[in-house]
Amino acid sequence: MIVELDGLSRHFVVRRPTGRFRREKRVVRAVDGISFTVAAGECVGYIGANGAGKSTTIKMLTGILVPTSGRVRVTGLEPVRQRRELARRIGVVFGQRSQLWWDLPLAESFRLLAAIHRLEPAVARARLDRCVDLLDLAAFLDTPVRQLSLGQRMRGEVTAALLHAPRLLLLDEPTVGLDIVSKEALRAFLTEERRVAGTTILLTTHDLSDIERLSDRVVVVDSGRVVHTGGLAGLAAAAGVDRVLVVDLAEPAPPLEGVPGTRFLSAEAGGLRQHLALTGSAAAAVAAVSARVELRDLTIAEPDIESVVRRLYHRAAATRPAGS
Amino acid sequence: MTVYAALLRAALAGQAGYRASFALELLGSVLVIGLDFVEVYAVLTQVPELEGLGLAEVALVFALASTGFSLADLVIGQTDRVTDHVRRGTFDVLLLRPLSTLGQLAAADVQLRRLGRLGTALAVLVIALSQVEVDWTPARVGLLVLTPLSGAVIFGSLFVAAGAVSFWLLDGREVGNALTYGSGYLAQWPTGVLGPVLGRFFTFVVPAAFTGYLPALALLGRDDPTGLPGWLPWASPLAALAAAAAAALLWRTGIRHYVGAGG
Repeated sequence: MIVELDGLSRHFVVRRPTGRFRREKRVVRAVDGISFTVAAGECVGYIGANGAGKSTTIKMLTGILVPTSGRVRVTGLEPVRQRRELARRIGVVFGQRSQLWWDLPLAESFRLLAAIHRLEPAVARARLDRCVDLLDLAAFLDTPVRQLSLGQRMRGEVTAALLHAPRLLLLDEPTVGLDIVSKEALRAFLTEERRVAGTTILLTTHDLSDIERLSDRVVVVDSGRVVHTGGLAGLAAAAGVDRVLVVDLAEPAPPLEGVPGTRFLSAEAGGLRQHLALTGSAAAAVAAVSARVELRDLTIAEPDIESVVRRLYHRAAATRPAGS
Repeated sequence: MTVYAALLRAALAGQAGYRASFALELLGSVLVIGLDFVEVYAVLTQVPELEGLGLAEVALVFALASTGFSLADLVIGQTDRVTDHVRRGTFDVLLLRPLSTLGQLAAADVQLRRLGRLGTALAVLVIALSQVEVDWTPARVGLLVLTPLSGAVIFGSLFVAAGAVSFWLLDGREVGNALTYGSGYLAQWPTGVLGPVLGRFFTFVVPAAFTGYLPALALLGRDDPTGLPGWLPWASPLAALAAAAAAALLWRTGIRHYVGAGG
């Protein structure tokens, strides 16, 4: 396992003045008993609303923040105690915080990072050339970082994080603020990097297209707890959002109630087009429907991932007592 | 080491873009210590001696302490920027590299203008040594060499301790500066002028007396008028080791308190 979290928690004590001298102490459970693992080569999306505990978790994974309780291992190391060793094995991109040297040309940042990670010049050269090529960095390699556009800088940040061939790449909101072209370029590059180098990726994002394009699996957190973990399809099922089978029939028919593996939703055009929620396999449902009526056409509508996640948040909120 | 040298070169290359202000800052740095010495000079031309030391001897105290302080300020005075790193969350970036955080701070935020202060302190040291009478023995020569280094470690520890305070107090810079620059200023004077309580405080709690006054006594072969044991003026390197250990512990504890910023 590249990442192992077991009952990981981080609490913050927030003090608020309630009178002239008195201060109220309140414990905020930013991360509250999170457990999950990421296997080598996986790409896992770590998603949740603002304040759900995503960044706090990332900080504990990188050794920046000391956990209050629980166990965390990244590439087998204990992040805070073995921070420097871990830094050689992971690459980190914070969307809102630059790791490049602000006043120096981009190429100089890469040269310094190669020195910091004690890379063989030939190895560093080869990895850099590949990134320069795939991410189209050549035009602004000699530009000071402070003069780069956000899109250019983010491509530089990703290159910086991958220069030492880390086993794990942690991306915290990597596409925040990027235009659609830069987003696409970055996603294509990350997909390619996984295919070629087998790099494990854990990413947090608000952009669900990042998840759809990049990740095999998601971990959804809310209020510091895991509310769902699994594939994108499993996500829909867990949220109670179904895939919908839309059938166009040769002739109008009465509502198709009681078809095994489905639930009747609605009918249009006097029963010519019917909507059935899929509760089981689509193939079995299609077979069962065509046994009863003659099918002319069919489509399967996948649920929109955005509404899925929203549903999950709301459900998690509804099952918790208010104010906790 | 080559890694830190590369970081140092990069920091200097980055600052080269702002060369215009460098000369002025260098001048300012010389002026600050120059004015401190004018104060010593002014006092010692009004009174013949302080704690049994005349102008040249107090100048020796001043020069030893200032050399140690300037050296520390040059190498690790950058810890006063920890507050900014904590506030903006950029301390994260230092923690994400496989290097020591203090080493990165020292190399990445180096301020060469502080050389002005060091140069002035060394000049005063040379002049003061030519004016005082020292019965030179191998031990005293060794002490003369070790004193600025011990002083640099002692003040460096104070700089690190002041930086560590920023992990708890976001507005810690003022507290930190009071500790570092305050001690640096007081260390330039014979400790006795601080009175018995403060004098002991700046000997045994904040070991500022070990950077100038006490080693000067050992070089001059004098006894401390406040009754400190005779071996203590030779103990600056020990005080430096103790200070460094305490500062390292405080820094480590501080980093564990760091929670970053945003998100």
